[in-house]
Amino acid sequence: MPEIAVPTMARSRRANIFARMFRALKLPTNDPFAVAGLLIYLVFIITAIFADSIATHDPNEILYTPAYDLAADLRPGQEGFVMGTTSLGRDVFSQLVYGSRSALLIGITAAFMVALIGSVIGLVAGYFGRWVDTVLMRLADIAFGIPFLPFVIVLAAFLKPSIWNVVIAMALVLWRDTARVIRSQVLTLRSRGYVEAARVAGSSHFKIILRHIAPNILPLSFLYGSIAIGWAILTEASISFLGFGDPDSISWGYMLQDAFASQALAKQAYYWFVPPGVCIILVVSAGFFITRGYENLLFPKLGR
Amino acid sequence: MNMMMGKATRKTEVLISIHEARLHYAVGGAFAAMRGKSTVVKAVDGVTFDIRRSESVGLLGESGCGKTSMGRLLLKLEDTTDGTIHFDGEELTKIQRKRLKEFRTRAQLIFQNPFDAVNPRFTIRQTLSEPLENAGIKRSEREARIIAALELVRLPEPAQFLDRYPHQLSGGQLQRVVMARALILQPEFVVADEPVSMLDVSVRAGVLNVFRDVRDRLGLTAIYISHDLALVRYVCERTIVMYLGRIMEDGPTEDIVHQPLHPYTKALVAAVPVPNPDQSHDPLPIGRGAPDPRNPPSGCVFRDRCPQAFERCAAEVPQPRPVGTRSVACHLF
Repeated sequence: MPEIAVPTMARSRRANIFARMFRALKLPTNDPFAVAGLLIYLVFIITAIFADSIATHDPNEILYTPAYDLAADLRPGQEGFVMGTTSLGRDVFSQLVYGSRSALLIGITAAFMVALIGSVIGLVAGYFGRWVDTVLMRLADIAFGIPFLPFVIVLAAFLKPSIWNVVIAMALVLWRDTARVIRSQVLTLRSRGYVEAARVAGSSHFKIILRHIAPNILPLSFLYGSIAIGWAILTEASISFLGFGDPDSISWGYMLQDAFASQALAKQAYYWFVPPGVCIILVVSAGFFITRGYENLLFPKLGR
Repeated sequence: MNMMMGKATRKTEVLISIHEARLHYAVGGAFAAMRGKSTVVKAVDGVTFDIRRSESVGLLGESGCGKTSMGRLLLKLEDTTDGTIHFDGEELTKIQRKRLKEFRTRAQLIFQNPFDAVNPRFTIRQTLSEPLENAGIKRSEREARIIAALELVRLPEPAQFLDRYPHQLSGGQLQRVVMARALILQPEFVVADEPVSMLDVSVRAGVLNVFRDVRDRLGLTAIYISHDLALVRYVCERTIVMYLGRIMEDGPTEDIVHQPLHPYTKALVAAVPVPNPDQSHDPLPIGRGAPDPRNPPSGCVFRDRCPQAFERCAAEVPQPRPVGTRSVACHLF
């Protein structure tokens, strides 16, 4: 019986790996705010994926009315444009839909980078301690000293203007918060008896980190990842609004900049700049709602 | 098992030799050091003794006396600040990576708190597989080894525990699992760090008996760390009494219990509780708690609590001197 039992165990364990990872992430599904946040994300993710079929026009194309007039400054509903058009005759709705794509692309890659780099540095610094910890934490201190938005602008000056500047800047600077928190968590985990037991059992440092420590900090990485999504989208919007963004890719920040430069407020073209603003607010606050749910789950003593 | 018998017959041979071992911790960090404010805690401060094969040695002392640090040094969980520890002729601080891996199969630790010593996310099977995996034992052989180890520590019906999680086991059961993990690779040397202090008194005897039986059966060399003289007496033939990182007295347990020589040992023996609530207890010959380990007294570290201290104790550190079957570090001898 044992000969048969071992391989079946192994297979069912592999089949369960996704279920187990999902459980390890501890998605905060019992907090109404967090569920709302997850739903908002879901809507935006679906929009971003199916942007090609949802958008009614090419967001960059200058459009004309059937009467061969430039379709500029049209109000929502006029000539079949759901959300109206910009001063140069581009469709606001399509820009909004494609904007979700770049927002989520930036948000998720930046979050992934921040969570990954921060977790690895936090794990290494906390686990090995001594000079490794000192070096990495002094680096974090330097990163804490860098003002973020000016840093992104300087980076945009050195590199070609691109939406990826934000991701690079976040990867270079914002790992600091994640690394600090994870390091402190690792410090408490490292002194647990079972970590010492693994050493006595002959496990390598790499194995101990991967097996005994990393699974315990995974929810924390995810928490900081979800904060980073909001940060990335907000930063990209700020950079684009300031005019340091990529002029070739449509983003919500770019829409705001375009509306601002075309004096949309004076023209009372609310349909032009309110939707991207609302989208930014929704996605960023959705990120913070999820964060909040995580906080309640990870630190129940905060009590809200 | 034949191999084990071979080892047991060479009982006079020294397995571990500790010479002037020191373990000092700097307290206060880099900034305190710059301002000259850092202090050094001498957890182990110049300890010398030998352990022979198949010998059971009790390390006795109150909290903070360095007995756990001593155990950690012996298992190379910590490197000596100064001095040497030889395990089977090999110096532990200079041991090479490959040899260290082998050392990890030969020397094991039994933990104080079984609830902390196993990963709560791992099943018993996963916990016990880890050392086997590291030793390169084939997957197909592991299950049989795990069952054998659990039977060795007398966990009834071991197969039913394999897929359980630690929180589903009682303290006594879990401590047996911890012991099984230590014994599964058939080590020669085991450090037991207060293995029953976190357990209910009702299950202590069972775990202690298992420990004694296994030790005798496998001819293990064992260090038993405890603050409880009665437990050390039950398990160990030889006792080493430590105080603030130094050895006070070292000798056969029975001699130490019946006729303690060092004033500190006398106090320890007098402190053993008597199981009769009506019997009046003589006041202990020593007062107060141990001094701040960052700032121990000069000369003999015990002198500020010692009822028999005289001028020489403040001036000179007493060196261990042979007295009959024992060695005692006290100026009275």
